[in-house]
Amino acid sequence: MTVAAIREYIGVPRDSVENFGGKQIVYASWDRHLLFAAPFLLCLPPETRFRDLVDGPLTALLQADPDAAAIDWTKVEWLKDNQPWTPDFDASLAANGIGHKDQLRFRTPGLNSLSAAA
Amino acid sequence: MDMKVAKKKLGLKEKYRALTRDLGWDTTYQTKDAVFPYVGYEGIKIHDWDKWEDPFRLTMDAYWKYQAEKERKFYAIIDAHAQNNGHLNLTDARYLSALKIFLQAISPGEYAAHKGFARAGREFPGVGTQVACQMQAIDEIRHAQTQIHAMSNYNRYYNGFHAFADTRDRIWYTSVARSFFDDAMSAGPFEFMIAIGFSFEYVLTNLLFVPFMSGAAYNGDMATVTFGFSAQSDEARHMTLGLECIKFMLEQDPDNLPIVQNWIDKWFWRGFRVLGLVSTMMDYMLPKRVMSWREAWDIYGVENGGALFKDLARYGIKPPKGWDDAEKAIDHMSHQFMLGLYQWSFGTAFHSWIPSEDDMNWLSAKYPDTFDKYYRPRWKHIKKLADAGTPFKNYGLAKLCQCCQLPTVFTEPDDPTLTCHRETVYKGQKYHFCSDGCQHVFENEPEKYVQAWLPMPQLFQEPINGDLGAWMEWVSLRDGKDNGDYAGSEDQQNFEAWRGLATTNQ
Repeated sequence: MTVAAIREYIGVPRDSVENFGGKQIVYASWDRHLLFAAPFLLCLPPETRFRDLVDGPLTALLQADPDAAAIDWTKVEWLKDNQPWTPDFDASLAANGIGHKDQLRFRTPGLNSLSAAA
Repeated sequence: MDMKVAKKKLGLKEKYRALTRDLGWDTTYQTKDAVFPYVGYEGIKIHDWDKWEDPFRLTMDAYWKYQAEKERKFYAIIDAHAQNNGHLNLTDARYLSALKIFLQAISPGEYAAHKGFARAGREFPGVGTQVACQMQAIDEIRHAQTQIHAMSNYNRYYNGFHAFADTRDRIWYTSVARSFFDDAMSAGPFEFMIAIGFSFEYVLTNLLFVPFMSGAAYNGDMATVTFGFSAQSDEARHMTLGLECIKFMLEQDPDNLPIVQNWIDKWFWRGFRVLGLVSTMMDYMLPKRVMSWREAWDIYGVENGGALFKDLARYGIKPPKGWDDAEKAIDHMSHQFMLGLYQWSFGTAFHSWIPSEDDMNWLSAKYPDTFDKYYRPRWKHIKKLADAGTPFKNYGLAKLCQCCQLPTVFTEPDDPTLTCHRETVYKGQKYHFCSDGCQHVFENEPEKYVQAWLPMPQLFQEPINGDLGAWMEWVSLRDGKDNGDYAGSEDQQNFEAWRGLATTNQ
């Protein structure tokens, strides 16, 4: 049973991609950089080039961290859906297979000014 | 000639019987199932409703008398507080942030509990249960009203109190408490009783009310203390009702055990999440602190909760599934919340602030294993940014948990340096969670939780379409007054000026 109810009940999701006027949600977070209290919610058109996501909103949001300037984007390790993944910076979000509400994570080994070792 | 015979007064026992059990009747022109349509579908089997023991044997006439007396005392003190500028007796106006969160998120919860108990009283066929639920329904609406009245005095002088109803409906952090009560109210009557009557009122309420009311007393807030006293005897009755209800279900049929256990697992975790903000009130928001969240958890969670589940073990009940994960989070959660509240304070109808050096030393003494190692470095960096004139504001907005609706600020139970990422796919859509506990709740009833109204994604839909200014107007948040850092706020300036007038000759 997918819900306790007196008869069959079908829920309507509130955050389907059709509700975002041609855009989609992408979540992005920097592993072990917890100055940012939670993953960022970005709302972008699926045609956005991956490079523009990184150089635009993501880079702007990361500025408050003391490691931000030292990020070498060519060496960053990425995860999508919590699995290792390699983006094509010159392809769009859609062409990169980044779906609505996908979570992107990235790691920068060696950069950890504010983070204690686990 | 007729003789007048004085009617014999009813004895207490007879009166109780007449005013409770005698109010029930058997249906004649409708079936019992048609009159009580929601009592069966959850799978709970009840064989004899008369086995319900009324814990208090309170009748309605006595109830009205007690409550009226309490109201008279309450309003006398509230009036005196207003007339004597009681707000200037506060330790510091930072304290008001705790009160604002309470008014925006918890007082509407009292009202929701009122609606829930009124409905539960209607759905249960047993008369004893109906009467007990009816009294609790009236208690809860009284609590909502007295809280709003107690805090309305502060609305005359301070920001953030003026639009609690809009805030309750629309601002992001209140959806945490709202979804909690909506979840309970849209469940069946038995689950509602476990959710609110047992898990919230019995297992967790002490973690909310004891620290909150002591916090009010420690910080000179007589209005809230008075409300606390007025509600205290009701709360004792509510706790007993919650416990009676769970024992009744477990004694009626052995098949009820797995259903009840599943609800205890769910509602412990949901309650733990919704009360999480109390940790921040206790550790950060009270200028004069009562005890740390860790100390409160050790007393009210570990000791009292442990004893309760030991007692329930004879029915086969086990401690809630999320208990160990909760324990692992205790030394981290208040810091994780406050860091979040500070960086998103442009969007909160209360103030937050960077803890002072003294505050941080208190925190490192109370959290010797976690504060200096994980959280002080972040606060020091945030302080550095503020001192440089570039205060830290995180405009990234936050990923929210599909179940508890909190920003996913929590870390892995065994790794405090790594955010806890959990996700699942249901009918082709992706859903995110803050923890295993919340993911389990979703996966049990996905058709319910896919409907969650999550404030952050909603901000990018009609009618707001990502416009932060339009959003502020919609939630009745006055930029520069209600939100932001306490340092430099109108609340701070006014409190200091008025207190100066009251205590000096300047």
